[in-house]
Amino acid sequence: MIATRLSYPLTVDGVTWRVRDAPLTASLLTVLREQLGITSVKDACEQGRCGSCSVLLDGTLVTACTVLAADASECRVTTVAGLPADGPADAVRRAFAEAGAVQCGFCAPGFVVAVTDLLTRRPSAGEEEIRTGLAGNICRCTGYGRILAAIRAAAAAGATAVAGEVAAGEVAAGEAAR
Amino acid sequence: MTGQTGAGETGAGQTGAGQTGAGPVGTAARRPDGPAKIAGTFPYAGDLRVPGALVAAVLRSPHPAARIARVDTAAARALPGVAAVVTAADVPGAQTYGLIVPDQPVFARDVVRYHGEPVAAVAAVDATAALAALAAVDVKYEPTPPLTDPTLVWDGAPRDHPPVHPDGDVFGEIHISHGDPDAHGPVAVSGHYVLGIQDQAFLAPEAALAVPAADGGVDVALATQWLHSDREQMAACLGLPEEKVRLTLAGVGGAFGGREDVTLQVHVALLALRTGAPVRLSYGRTESMLGHPHRHPARLSYRHTATRDGELVSVTARLLLDGGAYASSSPAVLVNAVTHAAGPYRVPNARLDGATVRTNNPPCGAMRGFGVPQAAIGHEAQLDRLADALGLDRLELRRRNLAQPGDVLPTGQHLPGPFPLREALEIVAARPLPPPPSGPAEARAEARAVRRGVGYALAFKNLLFSAGFDDYSTAAVHLELGPDGEPIAVVRSAAAEVGQGFVTVAGQIARTETGLSAAVVTPADTSIGSAGSTSASRQTWMSGGAVRGAARRVVDELLARTARRLGLPAAVAREPRRMLAIIDGEIVAPEAGARVPLSRAVREALAEGPLVAEEVFRHRPTQPLDARGQGDVHVAFAAAAHRAVVDVDVELGLVRVVAMALAQDVGTVVNPLALTGQVEGGTAQGLGWAVMEELVVERGVVVNPTFNGYLLPTFADVPDLDFTPIEIPQPDAPYGVKGVGEAPTCSATPAILAAVRDAVGRDLFHIPIRPWDLVGPRDLVGPWDLTGPRDRVEEGAA
Repeated sequence: MIATRLSYPLTVDGVTWRVRDAPLTASLLTVLREQLGITSVKDACEQGRCGSCSVLLDGTLVTACTVLAADASECRVTTVAGLPADGPADAVRRAFAEAGAVQCGFCAPGFVVAVTDLLTRRPSAGEEEIRTGLAGNICRCTGYGRILAAIRAAAAAGATAVAGEVAAGEVAAGEAAR
Repeated sequence: MTGQTGAGETGAGQTGAGQTGAGPVGTAARRPDGPAKIAGTFPYAGDLRVPGALVAAVLRSPHPAARIARVDTAAARALPGVAAVVTAADVPGAQTYGLIVPDQPVFARDVVRYHGEPVAAVAAVDATAALAALAAVDVKYEPTPPLTDPTLVWDGAPRDHPPVHPDGDVFGEIHISHGDPDAHGPVAVSGHYVLGIQDQAFLAPEAALAVPAADGGVDVALATQWLHSDREQMAACLGLPEEKVRLTLAGVGGAFGGREDVTLQVHVALLALRTGAPVRLSYGRTESMLGHPHRHPARLSYRHTATRDGELVSVTARLLLDGGAYASSSPAVLVNAVTHAAGPYRVPNARLDGATVRTNNPPCGAMRGFGVPQAAIGHEAQLDRLADALGLDRLELRRRNLAQPGDVLPTGQHLPGPFPLREALEIVAARPLPPPPSGPAEARAEARAVRRGVGYALAFKNLLFSAGFDDYSTAAVHLELGPDGEPIAVVRSAAAEVGQGFVTVAGQIARTETGLSAAVVTPADTSIGSAGSTSASRQTWMSGGAVRGAARRVVDELLARTARRLGLPAAVAREPRRMLAIIDGEIVAPEAGARVPLSRAVREALAEGPLVAEEVFRHRPTQPLDARGQGDVHVAFAAAAHRAVVDVDVELGLVRVVAMALAQDVGTVVNPLALTGQVEGGTAQGLGWAVMEELVVERGVVVNPTFNGYLLPTFADVPDLDFTPIEIPQPDAPYGVKGVGEAPTCSATPAILAAVRDAVGRDLFHIPIRPWDLVGPRDLVGPWDLTGPRDRVEEGAA
């Protein structure tokens, strides 16, 4: 006899919740939105096609609608609110607001997660890689033009920041040598 | 594109009351709601939660046509956790609703007319209980043969199918007769086109939260395009006076026409009233795609004739739009389709006939372009054919026939200006083409089956509501003190922000008119008069006009009170702008040698009472079409020209859009960043319909109501848009604005079709283009050739 409802811990953005009596078949998306009230994770297609519910599962980009919540119990779930502060997330958020990448905005949280993931892995991704890498995130409003502009701006900001760190590191090394 | 960097703008980092740094009209002010949307904290309709809310669900017919022999809800009501089950028998007021004609039942009672028609709705303690209740509702359907071929309703052919609806099966019929409709030139081309259904596919499915009120009414927060239209229809069905149905706009995740109709509104409110508890209802994707009306599929038959040197002599067209089971906005869509059928060209003689009919297919209504994209596909394909038949360059044929302001359109209306379509055409024609496909030699060898094509299309799109509709918008502007004690302009309007950026534009207008740096737009609701629909490219012009008018009047009052405090003559207080002006944060009266900081002036004026003004804005009246299809039917037009470059794999039948260029008549630019967003998004939706988007219906059943089955353009499918705005102020519009969102959708699709025809050298009869249209047998034309002989070139026929 397999239980049809389960209780289990779920760690989201560093906070461990107790999921109570959730249907075994409940997706991570459903549990986040309906049990935990985390509505920044959006429900647009529930087939893994649009990326509106993009989250990181132990650092890997997934669509929360195609992951069973119970399977995520042992994992770290990261939503748009929990993206690491030392990565490109802040630059991505700023660039989305500044570049006009948001209209209705329903795709935005998922996009920010996916773009942050891409720029973390591939900080100097070119246009082709950006386009194919983000083909799983649908935006119906913008035609992607301003989103591409935002990603380029965020990547450039990241490159500047890295250059700054390298420069600072060189100074520190120089001082140590003296 | 110029001026979109918006140097000095800092509005994006701020939200809510006291927002500063966003600029006036003409600047790239950032969205006030942008940061919250990016952070995921912006409350969309489906995110609303209140304690104790029940969850609703709707039972829908699996059949496109059926008699309902029985609906038994007893078992569903008896299930644990189920609070209410409602059917047609529980609707207290009008049984039907509709945007134009109230022909759509709240719930099917005896007859089902389309796949997905609501039959019952439930409210339960949670989604699991609600779905169990739906499964327990016992409905006995007796399926009947669906009427799914619209030509059986409107080509005069006899049919043995009974009417789909007692109101009749023709929603509208228009016959435009212009010049000598029987005239024709020596060169003729005919073409026939089948257009599939496009879905709006806004990203956030329909959702609402209804809360019953102590006065017997109901408060509903929902995603919609037109609060007051919803309220009117809901109140009638609920049997309540309108003031007891209070609506507030929740966050709207896109619309594109798909939220202009009532879908879940009556159901959720009825369940809240029935249970006495808050009820929330959210559609999933499949329910969304079955639940709202789509872009009309159409069958177009065209015949163009011209002189041998390429001057248009006549256009004959028949347009048949399948409206599906219920009227929605079909009659109005038809007006647009037929009045735009001949395109933005000088056409001395025309016979343009159109009808929109009822079938058992999905209901169709508003989608971006509203009948014009269908017409544009027809007239642009025809212009290319005619050019080829004449041996003329395709652009040159257009140059010779382009309509100019003052030219008489087939409706008898003189084309209003400005109308810089010739300039738009020349701009896109002169833009640099993308480099040819390149890469390693092996890749080039593999690419031998890939052919490149270039296509152009022109379109015009009417702005605002047409055909005599009393189109207006209401707005109020209050001058108040913000939390920091500084003055702030507060804009109230029922205009629905659906993503297009009205909240940004309204704030820019309020700042421009009041001279204040802080302006906020309160959530839209029905406590103020109607703003009309967020559709027809109308809100910047109409509600922008209302906000400007209200702001000017509240400033008049501020100046009058200030004049009195300054001891200026009473005549000045009556017409204060003759002596006072707001300049750089001060009220100045140079003749009186007076200067008052604006913040002090507002504080002092508020001591005399609230500073508030309301404005109702109307555009100039239009006329309905008469029996010959004549009338001054449209307020104004926007013009757009697109060039598309495509690569077609002629072995696999796949199309890749390589580049798009657009030049568009945009009037005064209120916000260059928002403008770019609108035309890029509008282009992408036109691209989608050209090459991938089709809601497929087989014998009345929608077979692909999911994002797995219905393909949307992704990041990898939409190229950069090379956009050139043409900024000529529209004389009768506030600030000279023009609506910008729809025109590019109308021209994008036919430009891509033209590019694909150019690449493959064959006619295309079906939109969207499918692989087998490119690699299958040629000349697949349906039996609905309605214009007469299909001669390509008739020498000497005149």
